[in-house]
Amino acid sequence: MIFEHGLPPDTLSRRRFLLGSALAAAAAAAGAGGLSGCAAGGGGGGSSSSSAAKSKSNPFGVDSSAPLEMVIFDGGFGSDYAKHFETLYSKEFPDAKLSMTATQQITGVLQPRFNAGNPPDLVDDSGAQQIKLDVLYGNGQLADLGPLLDAPSVDDPNTKVRDTLMPGTVAAGTYGNSMYDLQYVYTAFGLWYSKSLFAKHGWTVPTTWDDWIKQAAEIKAAGIAPFAFQGKYPYYMLVPIMDLAAKHGGVETLVAVDNLEPNAWKSDPVKQAVEAIYEIVARNYYLPGTQGMTHIQSQTAWNNGRAAWIPCGSWLENEQLKATPAGFDMAFAPMPSLSGDKLPQTAIRAGANEPFIVPAKARNVPGGMEMMRLMLSKAGSVAFAQVAHSLTVVKNAVGPNVQLLPGTRSANAAVQTSGASTFYWYYPSWYAQLETDLENATGELMAGRMKPADWMNACQAAADKTAKDSSIKKFKRSASLI
Amino acid sequence: MRYRKYPFIVGFLILPVGLYVALVIWPYLQTFGYSLTDWNGESQAMHFVGLRNYGQLFDDPVFRTALWHNVLLLVFLPLVTILLALFFAFMLNVGGRGGTSGVTGVRGSSFYRVVFFFPQVLSVGILAVLFDSVYRPDGSGLVNGVLVKLGLEDPNHPFLWLSSPSASLWCILSVLVWSNVGFYLVLFSAAMQSIPRDIYEAALLDGAGRAGTFFRITLPLLWDSVQTAWVYLAILAMDAFALVSTLTPGTGFGGGPDHHSEVLSTYFMRNFQFFGKSGYACAMGVVLLLVTLVISIAMLRVTRRERIEY
Repeated sequence: MIFEHGLPPDTLSRRRFLLGSALAAAAAAAGAGGLSGCAAGGGGGGSSSSSAAKSKSNPFGVDSSAPLEMVIFDGGFGSDYAKHFETLYSKEFPDAKLSMTATQQITGVLQPRFNAGNPPDLVDDSGAQQIKLDVLYGNGQLADLGPLLDAPSVDDPNTKVRDTLMPGTVAAGTYGNSMYDLQYVYTAFGLWYSKSLFAKHGWTVPTTWDDWIKQAAEIKAAGIAPFAFQGKYPYYMLVPIMDLAAKHGGVETLVAVDNLEPNAWKSDPVKQAVEAIYEIVARNYYLPGTQGMTHIQSQTAWNNGRAAWIPCGSWLENEQLKATPAGFDMAFAPMPSLSGDKLPQTAIRAGANEPFIVPAKARNVPGGMEMMRLMLSKAGSVAFAQVAHSLTVVKNAVGPNVQLLPGTRSANAAVQTSGASTFYWYYPSWYAQLETDLENATGELMAGRMKPADWMNACQAAADKTAKDSSIKKFKRSASLI
Repeated sequence: MRYRKYPFIVGFLILPVGLYVALVIWPYLQTFGYSLTDWNGESQAMHFVGLRNYGQLFDDPVFRTALWHNVLLLVFLPLVTILLALFFAFMLNVGGRGGTSGVTGVRGSSFYRVVFFFPQVLSVGILAVLFDSVYRPDGSGLVNGVLVKLGLEDPNHPFLWLSSPSASLWCILSVLVWSNVGFYLVLFSAAMQSIPRDIYEAALLDGAGRAGTFFRITLPLLWDSVQTAWVYLAILAMDAFALVSTLTPGTGFGGGPDHHSEVLSTYFMRNFQFFGKSGYACAMGVVLLLVTLVISIAMLRVTRRERIEY
């Protein structure tokens, strides 16, 4: 229960921290601010942000002596990388006093500060205790990062920051008409296996679901469970289901589901996808007990050779660093195709996540934005790849001189191959309550207590409930893959 | 000196009462205030919506489920814990039959006393880690491992315990019982120590057995302690947040699978923190407060008896 990792922001399915420590921390923070009489903030708005003259090398007009405070989610990426960012910042502004807090209790530490109007200047708003971005945006708590996108990049002043980012980065952080959070880590989703195990048994990586199921029978016959999954947190199994559906139905399916269109969850692609995944349950191709396992338990069982495949995002390797035996040779495979798919087999769900934000009411908004501009430099990106074993949204930042672990290398190759057919789902980060309901249904499905048809009905009901609820802010995705 | 009495009392009480009002009463009142708004917990923007949140609460099937689970805990947690604690306390203090030594506990009672108290010194965090391993859903779990070894369970279809809709809540209940029995055992032991020995000796001379002694002497004379225990455990049963949120499956404070172990506190926190429905959550908090108050008062009333001086 100790190893938090950086999951996508839309992922809360991780072990939670103990004993409402969020509340304790909130109480402590409230106490630190004096007995402010009001939980919803007694203070006025934040003090106005300090700034200086803007220039090409200082596009946001950072006041060189203004202090800068960062709060970093201390998860799977750790927080050491932030020290490297601080070094980059200190090179530019040696007089600025920098402070950094690493915590897993983002909500506990920051909710009272947002309410009181004195938030820090840069926040990595992630983890199980993430403050929902849609809620922050809806309350005008996020600084518009448009100026960051249009600023000259650090490595080449003639290129805008916007043009150095992987496709989908801007979209992932866009609320309304502009980008409000910088999703800094680029994550690919798919199935994972051990190359050495597959080589030992002479198994190849199947490209169609039919072959995958055929091979699963072989794997089972060899005394290994074909498939493990992180059953305690059904978020993980919803990913492969929806990725099969996206590849089968293409843009149409992505739009229908994300835009909460009627009967989106009963469409043919979703049906094909959920029926395909349910075969694993129906044929007993899963690791016994995996429906109740945490991600650490199931991933470690997979590391120990008790199961051949596991679904996960590309944070997996970093999360399992200590549990992965030598010579495991972790590798990534895109979801296999169903017959009649609209997208190629190499298409993967990949996108920017791990949201960094600059609070609108921070004391040093320009400084927060400048820190982001430095993070998006090649130096920042390489530091992150080396310290946190993960790729960032900066295009071609990590040269051949940077050592990568095998799983990261393999995921990176898949990202390159997927290229223009890369797609992304937005409903999990847009509609927290819907995602929770879908996960509940998925947990029942994978435990065999719900059949695919029931699952589709339950998901449709949850989507309809969200569509009808006028208190929930609605978003629309465009007719594209990302 | 009578005229100096009140300033004296007020002088002593002003600080604690002031703190209590500022830190307990005032937040309660605030919560009630927020429950009448559509506050979403991340800013000061809110609109007055009257009793709409309360209306929605009673149409919310998950809320009703959570309330029902709290009621189940409320019935079983105090009952099982107190019965076990009473039984153990009785055996450790007066259950022995030492022949000539009169009234004693069973052999090795001082050892048992220490062992039974162990769970009480573990923090909830430790409990969560511990029982995560106990209930682990594959053969490596303590319970499943034993069942598989005994041949009572098919290793390919182990029982899922915390991830099983039928067992999840009862798993939580048993952890709560296990971790609380030791404390109430000590509480009842202390109370039993103060019961005069000669009462027991008289009963022994009259030929009373263990059961007779227990029901006719021990229980009536312990009634005050039992009553206190019942109220505390009832309040605990209305909470159960820490264990449910750490042990059970599901996004954001557990409560799974599919709400089968949901309690009011976990559903409250999820609405408050994840769904941006803090006003709605506050309405839930107010209901929770009222239910807890009513239960505490009812418990005290129902269990009121004559006090026996000895």
